[in-house]
Amino acid sequence: MNIIVCLKQVPDTTSVKIDPRTNTLVRQGIKNIVNPLDTYALEEAVRLREKHGGKVTALSMGPPQAEEMLREAVSLGADEAVLLSDRAFAGADTWATARTLAAAVKKMEHDLIICGRQTLDGDTGQVAPELAEMLQMPFIAYVSKIEEICEGKLRAQRMVEEGHEVLEAPLPAVITVVKEINEPRLPSLRGVMKSKSAAIPVWTAADLNIDPATVGLQGSFTQVVKIFFPQRTCQAEIFQGDPDNQADCLVSKLKENGIIP
Amino acid sequence: MSIRIDIEQCTGCGSCVAVCPFGLLEVIDDKITLKEGCNLCGACVEACAYSSLSIEAAPERAPASTGYSGIWVFAEQSGGSIKNVAYELLTRGRELADSLGTELSAICFGKDVSEIEQLTAHGADRVYLVDSAELKDNPEDIYTQQLAALIRKYKPEILLAGATALGRAFIPRVAALLGTGLTADCTALDIDPEKKLLVQTRPTFGGNIMATIICPAGRPQMATVRPRVFKKNSPDSQRQGEIIRLDFNREGITSRTKLLSFMADLTETVKIEEADIIVAGGRGLGKPENFKLLQELADTLGAALASSRPPVDEGWLPYSHQVGQTGKTVCPRLYIAAGISGAVQHLAGMQTADVIVAINDDPNAPIFDVATYGLVGDLFQIVPRLIDKLKNS
Repeated sequence: MNIIVCLKQVPDTTSVKIDPRTNTLVRQGIKNIVNPLDTYALEEAVRLREKHGGKVTALSMGPPQAEEMLREAVSLGADEAVLLSDRAFAGADTWATARTLAAAVKKMEHDLIICGRQTLDGDTGQVAPELAEMLQMPFIAYVSKIEEICEGKLRAQRMVEEGHEVLEAPLPAVITVVKEINEPRLPSLRGVMKSKSAAIPVWTAADLNIDPATVGLQGSFTQVVKIFFPQRTCQAEIFQGDPDNQADCLVSKLKENGIIP
Repeated sequence: MSIRIDIEQCTGCGSCVAVCPFGLLEVIDDKITLKEGCNLCGACVEACAYSSLSIEAAPERAPASTGYSGIWVFAEQSGGSIKNVAYELLTRGRELADSLGTELSAICFGKDVSEIEQLTAHGADRVYLVDSAELKDNPEDIYTQQLAALIRKYKPEILLAGATALGRAFIPRVAALLGTGLTADCTALDIDPEKKLLVQTRPTFGGNIMATIICPAGRPQMATVRPRVFKKNSPDSQRQGEIIRLDFNREGITSRTKLLSFMADLTETVKIEEADIIVAGGRGLGKPENFKLLQELADTLGAALASSRPPVDEGWLPYSHQVGQTGKTVCPRLYIAAGISGAVQHLAGMQTADVIVAINDDPNAPIFDVATYGLVGDLFQIVPRLIDKLKNS
């Protein structure tokens, strides 16, 4: 079985702090990491290969430095990796990103495409469903367990608001995974050795045979027109005194507001 | 396309360096340089006082084809009952439609959908309803193709949908089929009075920055909004609207994904998205047993128990209790945050609550920035007293 895992290199936004004086980001020490949910996608792909045989290819669109992340993917068990990098790809919205990935997937052998549910930075969760539609493949979001793959069909559990659903779809298909699906492994020594020497081809718009006008910023339907920092100033009424007094103050305020009887 | 740097104008002041969310700008020899990886967000362009930075304009895309008008709200239902997010979107959609001088329609798919007239009572001029046994379990393949087909036929200029599990999974597929833009998880929607475009604002970069986004060339302009981001108005049963029942036509629709079974999640006694009062705990609780104390406070108030991300990551509480960027968005009348520092990802999920109470021993915790009332101190001292006083009052 040929599995493609889509990964994105993202800034580790969970470590971001806001400087309260200037109300801007403190960027010092923000590292680029593999989008955390994508590591679960990769782990699941490697487990499926261990069970069913085949090949896992890590695929990413990004600037040249994303190659470093793809090496990490190889150290974690991917057999191969491909980087889609071209100035023409820069500034892509989800539609243009999905279009670029779709063009790459079409060039590769594939039975299953696995993505993380969403990224840490953009956080839209849109690329995978858009990719599925552009490839005209079935799509299952939020997979928490792959129950079975047999006779060209995939059966999976997924998480929705009210509980779990079990769905079945024919392959090739696109799925997104949630972190409940597995526990990603650490890189193996053999993997690390392999990742150092792995050849990671870089494909450009020309390699994908796509018109640069249909990808990147130029091919994006949405345009960012403004970026700003959410303004926060402390307006809270602070209750002083000992815990007893604080609790009293709060209860009387809540009564005053009619929140409690 | 790239950021163009006019070296002549650059004074090397570095004000752009501080605003780049990706840390890609550097002052070298008193001139600015840009590293690889820019996503052209434009933050630096705005920060530059000397007009030395600009985004090299992309060639104009062909303008959106004309003939599109009206706003559509996808009214999601589950088991035949319409979800609150539909009413919330209709409430905001009504204001947007009035400001555009256009009509507001609700589009609803399902089987035996009840209280359809509620959609007009909440602001829709028109309701398109496709009611069929084949639509009973919200089949995403069919929804994708059906919605795309109806959009092609009726040509609305704007489509809004809830950023629910269903909406987030199938609305992007509709956008891909139609070839148009989609903005996820908007927290504000407005109309640009001159260009008549939908102005969409959403948190990005982990909620640390806000982006305002437009979709000038694609139609419809599509956006998803999380439940509880907008408040729903009170229904007006006198409002007149037209209800159009459309036949479900299976022809030309391929459905490849099959729902085999469904298991309801029973661990959640009170749905936190629907709760009027929420008591939430964070890392400051220290260990899972301490959530019993918060549960007692919640029981006293008739509240739902929620959590920030760390306790869920630690496995102290199931994911269904998580509030924030990667959890649920809530908007209760009262939100009590105990031992929650207030990371921006958490704030994104709760800051629109009517009254926020923060209990934390760190007076500089960001949670106090969004709180209505702050109690600086040891939650293990404060919460038991709070429970006593509430019980005795």
